[in-house]
Order: sequence, then structure tokens, then C-alpha cells
Amino acid sequence: MIQTVTEMMSHTFIQRAIIVGVLISLCASLLGVSLVLKRYSMIGDGLSHVGFGVLTVATAFGATSPLYISIPCVTISAIILLKIGSNSKIKSDSAIALISSSALAIGVAVTSLTTGMNTDICNFMFGSILAMSKSDVILSVIVSLFVAILFIIYYRKLFAITFDEEFAKASGLKAKRYTNIIAVLTALIIVVGMRMMGVMLISSIIIFPALTSMRIFKSFKKVIVSSAIISVISFLTGIYLSYIYNISTGAMIVIVNLVLFIIFSIIEKIIHE
Amino acid sequence: MDLIQIKDLNYSYPTKKNTLKHINLKVKKSSFTCIVGENGSGKSTLLKCILGLNNGYSGEIIKPTKIGYLPQKSKIQTNFPATIEEVVLSGTISNNIKSIFYKKEDKENAMHIMNKMGIADIKNKCFADLSGGQQQRVLIARALCATKEIIVLDEPTNGLDPIIANQIYELLNKLKKKENITILMVSHDIERALKYADKVIELIDGEIVYDGNPENFKLGGDK
Repeated sequence: MIQTVTEMMSHTFIQRAIIVGVLISLCASLLGVSLVLKRYSMIGDGLSHVGFGVLTVATAFGATSPLYISIPCVTISAIILLKIGSNSKIKSDSAIALISSSALAIGVAVTSLTTGMNTDICNFMFGSILAMSKSDVILSVIVSLFVAILFIIYYRKLFAITFDEEFAKASGLKAKRYTNIIAVLTALIIVVGMRMMGVMLISSIIIFPALTSMRIFKSFKKVIVSSAIISVISFLTGIYLSYIYNISTGAMIVIVNLVLFIIFSIIEKIIHE
Repeated sequence: MDLIQIKDLNYSYPTKKNTLKHINLKVKKSSFTCIVGENGSGKSTLLKCILGLNNGYSGEIIKPTKIGYLPQKSKIQTNFPATIEEVVLSGTISNNIKSIFYKKEDKENAMHIMNKMGIADIKNKCFADLSGGQQQRVLIARALCATKEIIVLDEPTNGLDPIIANQIYELLNKLKKKENITILMVSHDIERALKYADKVIELIDGEIVYDGNPENFKLGGDK
């Protein structure tokens, strides 16, 4: 195993993937706890589809680094999604479904008009470990540090707002502002992470670690710490298995997450009996 | 001394005009006030105006800066992973909103209140696993972390069985008598409200139809 790991690490693209992956997994899991508890689990799915739409359109117009176009677009969508969600006429789950399928449709339509379903598009859909460039690494380091720092600074407030928004507002917290912060951070993580994980799979790294941790742990702090650990372990195991068996990295990471979820659920059952 | 004074308060929701009409009321320090009324009479809206959760009202509200609040139970999610200590401690947040971590005195204060409320020995238990009555006890403890003067409660005994509901009223009464904490509560439960309150306010369609002692109270107001 050590030999395989050394061999893996000798590839530059894997080194990059590991740096980006560990940071993105860590941040996604932190944000995931709040998103799952706030019933925004599907926002990751919606935003990644928006990201897909933007990427295809940007590629069609020959943009050299589509990431710089998709970041602002996805961020704006994230804020719009939460705005629509707080409007009582369209509930947030329907809002996400609306935006996500529309963006996907536009992406697919643009693709048919231009290049057709080629490997690039397939890589967008299911992720590619080869997609990580040097600028991706730099961007992901910056974004992750930003997320981690904000998360620590606002930890107390995020707990208060996630647990009981009414009480938090009565305590003088600007609940909307923190919800927007979470939306923007989620958008950033998704745009940076989806090229490796794929549009279809990125949302899983946001929700799986939180859901898995909540099977066993009953304190907010423990759920956060455990989510972060589970997320990083799933990523590293996933990338290792994908290298050995030559399976899509994104898919493998989700499968490891699923296995951990099942194991934690079984442990929960045993504890309760 | 009046802790809360409301003068000619009017409030409209965008979708529902005149939810509150010409509300005038006073809440005395260390009193137990119950606001009663049908669903949709404006009770919760009135509380939210007092708490500063509803903006855009006309009229004047004079109130203390720190108010402890216990929202309607349905708003809090079931299955939330949080210990009792985490929940109670979050009540201190209004004392130092800017700082990153909880201060030592906040932690001590929370511990002190948990001791007083008899929940200190279960502080590491999960909030979601508690019974309805114990959950309310924890939320009252959280409200007490935010204030030393007044707690405002929105139907705290909703969905509790009568024995537990009595215990909650007893507890609030004790807080009033022993700690001089002012209690302002919205309640459906007129029978208990009349038993414990010093003052009853009845709202019908956003107007106060009764404001006085519980002895003379008749349902439907004295109009």
C-alpha cells in the first residue's frame, strides 16, 4: 500500500487533486452541517447545475478560464435561491428544482449547438481528477482558508441561527446576513470542487458527512468535528481506491461516503437497542 | 415601575392590514402578564413588535434592551444535534455579540442558571431527546441567560400535558417571586393564565378588549 501511495504521489496531477480535495472536502462538510440542518440540502445540487450551465456557455464562447465567470454567476444564483426561498410563494425546494433544471437545460442546449457531448462535457458531469490546474490549486487554497476562518469567527452565531432563527433575531443577530454568507461560501466551494467531483456528484460531499455524523453524535460541536474528519477520510480513501481500480474519483468518493453512512446508521441502531 | 410601555401601536403585514390597531399597554416590573385571544387575533404579532422582530410599525414601544425570548415550539427543529449546554449558552450571545468565543463569565452564568433550573446534571444530553416539558425548561434557561429583567414567552405550554403545563407555570411564578423576573406570555390556556397572572390582556382582531386583573376577566371582553 505504501508503495502505491508513493507512486500516486509522484504524479503532479494527484498531488494537486489531493490538496484541492482535502481542502474542499473539509469546507464542504463544515458548511454542510448548517445546510442540512437549515433544510437547504439540495442547494448544492442546484448550484452545481447552475455551474454546469455557466461553464458550457463560457466554453462555447471560448473563455480561457471559465472558473472566473462561473464563480460570480453561481454566487449570484446562490443569493437569488435563498431570496426566492424566503418568499412564501415559491418554497425553497421548488425554487432549487426550477433553477437547477433550467440551468442544466441551457447547458445541454448550448452543448448540442456547439461541440456536442464530448469528453469535456462528460468531465463536467462526472468530474475529472486531471482537471486540476495550478490556478485551481491556488484558488481552492484561498477559498478554503476564507471559509474556514469565517466559520470559526461565526461559529457561535451560526449555531444560534441554525438552532433557532427567531431567538437569534431577538438577540440582535442579523440572521439574513449569515444565511447569505453561507450561500456565498457554498457557491465558492461548489464551483471550485465540481470540476473534480463532477456536477452530478458535488452536492454529496456537502450533505453526506453531516448526515453520517448526525447518526451517532448529538452535540453540535461533535457533529462538526466528526463531519470534517469523515469528509477528509472519505476523500482520501476514495481517491486511493479510484487510483487502484481505475474508477471515476468523484463516484468513488461518494461510494465511500455512502458506506460510512451505512456503517454509522448500523452503529446508531445498535446503540439504541 | 413600568418595564414596557406601548403607545398607540399599529401594525400591518403586507398581506394582512391592521393586524394590530391602537394598542396601548403597560407591563409592570416583576409582574406576570398574560395575553390571551383567538388564533389570528394578533397576540404573536404584538410579541414580535415588542421583541423588535417586526419592523415598520407606527406608535411607540419603550422596552428594556435585553429581553429573554421563548419562541413558539414548532419553530425549533426536531432532531437537531445540540446539547443542553450548547442551547443554554447560546442565550448569552446578545451580551457580547461581537466576540468570537463565549466569555468565561457567560459560561459561569449559564452554569449557574442550569443549576437553578435543575438541568445542570443533564447538560451533556441531546436537546432533541428530552421530553416536551424539559425542553421548555431548557429554553427558559436560555432566555434567562439573555436577561435579568424580563422574559417573553409565546405559548410555552402548547402541546404539553396538564401536569407538565402546571409545572411550567409554577416555575415561571417562582422566577417572578424569587428572582423578580417580569413574565410576559401569550397563551391559549385561559384557565391557567387566570390562575397565575396578575394581569390579563385580551386581544380580538388586533384590538385590546380587556386589560385588567384576572378576577374580573370574562371571555370576549367587557365591550
